[in-house]
Amino acid sequence: MPKHILRLIILFVIVIGLFLVARQFLIPESFGEYGHYRANSIEENANHDIKYVDRAECAECHDDIAALKQGGPHKNINCQTCHGPGNLHIEDPTPENIVKETEREFCGRCHNKNAARAKLIKQIDINEHNIESKCIECHNPHEPWN
Amino acid sequence: MEHFDQLYQALNEVVGYIYPNEIELRWSILIVLYPYITGLVAGAFILASLNRVFEIKALKPTYEISLLAALAFLLVATMPLIFHLGHPERFYELMMTPHSSSAMAIFGFVYLWYLMVVLLLEIWFDYRRDFVVWSQESKGLKKFLYKVLTLGSNDISPKALKLDDKLGYIITVVGIPSAFLLHGYVGFIFGSVKANPWWSSVMMPVIFLLSAMVSGIALILVTYMVINYFRKQKIDMLCLDSIGKYLFYTIIIDFTLESLDQIHRIYEAEESFDIISLLISGKLFFTMSIMQVLAGTLIPLFILGFFQFYKPKEKIRKTAYLISGILVLVGIFFMRWNVVIGGQLFSKSFYGFTSYKIGLIGGEGMLAAGVWMVVPILILVFLLWLLPPWKKQHSGG
Ligand code: HEC
Ligand code: HEC
Ligand code: HEC
Ligand code: HEC
Repeated sequence: MPKHILRLIILFVIVIGLFLVARQFLIPESFGEYGHYRANSIEENANHDIKYVDRAECAECHDDIAALKQGGPHKNINCQTCHGPGNLHIEDPTPENIVKETEREFCGRCHNKNAARAKLIKQIDINEHNIESKCIECHNPHEPWN
Repeated sequence: MEHFDQLYQALNEVVGYIYPNEIELRWSILIVLYPYITGLVAGAFILASLNRVFEIKALKPTYEISLLAALAFLLVATMPLIFHLGHPERFYELMMTPHSSSAMAIFGFVYLWYLMVVLLLEIWFDYRRDFVVWSQESKGLKKFLYKVLTLGSNDISPKALKLDDKLGYIITVVGIPSAFLLHGYVGFIFGSVKANPWWSSVMMPVIFLLSAMVSGIALILVTYMVINYFRKQKIDMLCLDSIGKYLFYTIIIDFTLESLDQIHRIYEAEESFDIISLLISGKLFFTMSIMQVLAGTLIPLFILGFFQFYKPKEKIRKTAYLISGILVLVGIFFMRWNVVIGGQLFSKSFYGFTSYKIGLIGGEGMLAAGVWMVVPILILVFLLWLLPPWKKQHSGG
């Protein structure tokens, strides 16, 4: 066999060999233990910090707002749907670590015209419905008809 | 919250009824580039193979250019895919723990096969004699690179060269089905998405393949002219005319197949038909009717068809070939666009549309896409510098 063909074959064998060796190192340790995935990932995911707190927690300090909300159309919406996760806030309650959105677009996320939701949530056209002011100047977010 | 803002902005663009997971397009412009670039590779390679296997002498001046262009684009073909991943640095896992039911995982191996066994080997056998000669003639970095490429064997006896030629030929023969596989496979990845009536079609691999050939041939046409322009060489009109001829024929076949697919859709008029016809006449009107069909197909078809019967002066022909080549390249880009983006614009409920706004910056923006189109051209320039086809000594004399 000519020298260059031999060298070529050796080169290929080396490349394939390197691939097989690399595989030994690069396949995660727990791969395939339960199925075609990394078994350790289950535990890793389970160990993530929980960011959303129990819905009753907020009412412990903000009982007035919780009570107000309970009487209105937003009663079924979790506080954290609008205010974001509360894990940091309940440990250290300051206004800085909780979201408070006041723009019209915010309410529009759920209420702006959208054929897919029309039957579930009352829809308005955010570009037409009382455009002079913010929604919260007329509707209290915790009790929109208050 | 930034992500939400994007989402809610997109929500404002929605018309009709769509499911929540359809608001934002998941497959962006980068996924348009993937079949586009792979198509250029397969097309350019098939042109080179035509040349070699069927011994079409007129195409000879483009043989090496086609191979090098195919390599330049192939090296970049997976980049848009990788950078579309949330974690690009994990891409290799696809090859380490491939799942046999994943079409994409198998593509990794199809790609490697094509790169290592077909393209690199074919180029290597074709250039081996020149590596040896150049490694003795040149200096510095080039000399070093050529030396490495010879694998330390200087055997250029007629016997060895004859063997190279024979092996190169076998690889070309294996290469043709491999190129078909490479790009047919990309078509298969889309065609096998049974939930999407715009994609799901057994014709998809064939259509992708034919359009790949169209775009690859156009790429070589344009590249050949540009190279000769920079080298201030006279263009071989016989060669140009025959590339034009092959481009003409492949466009006809490609256009026929795509039309057949559409006619089939129109006649069957399944439940998805209403939404698809709204899609074509609405959101895809510009990219499909104007860019893909009119600019990318009919105008080049008319020009090239005309040249089959009547050949005007060389100068006019050259300009017309260049324009047709560029139009075809743009047209096929929009063909990929219409498939990839178009298939995600309508809801699987068949009752509504979302829209796609492409940003300028960001990993999935227009600039990033531009980079992935420029990089292969730079690679090609480098390859032409390292392996200039015009400095090759052809064994025949
Ligand atoms: C331990 C008591 C406590 C708990 C539990 C608590 N908060 Fe607070 N919250 C406070 C205090 C104190 C303030 C600050 C009032 C101030 O400085 O005006 C506050 C402020 C707020 C503000 C106003 C921020 C601003 O920018 O004005 C919001 C919104 C809020 N809390 C939401 C929540 C939500 C939602 C929860 C449940 C996840 C919650 N809070 C749980 C004590 C609490
Ligand atoms: C529909 C969305 C929504 C829900 C649900 C909601 N909030 Fe609010 N909340 C707002 C908005 C908007 C503001 C800002 C009002 C303003 O600045 O006038 C606000 C303001 C507040 C404030 C600041 C004090 C105030 O009255 O301006 C507190 C405290 C608060 N919310 C607590 C809560 C708690 C506790 C819950 C659950 C019981 C809750 N929110 C549920 C939207 C909501
Ligand atoms: C997370 C989604 C969500 C957000 C954000 C939200 N709402 Fe609502 N809203 C609802 C739901 C659900 C209802 C109850 C169903 C209904 O009656 O439309 C409701 C009811 C209402 C109603 C009573 C409609 C009726 O006649 O029953 C008003 C008014 C209203 N919201 C205003 C607001 C305003 C103002 C904001 C912004 C501060 C806001 N909403 C933000 C989900 C939302
Ligand atoms: C100038 C005061 C004002 C502002 C600002 C305002 N609304 Fe209203 N909204 C009203 C009044 C009054 C009604 C009841 C009469 C009506 O339907 O127009 C109402 C009705 C509604 C309803 C119930 C519609 C229905 O079909 O029953 C919703 C939902 C609502 N508003 C949401 C919003 C949202 C979201 C915003 C901000 C984008 C907003 N509103 C801003 C005064 C206001």
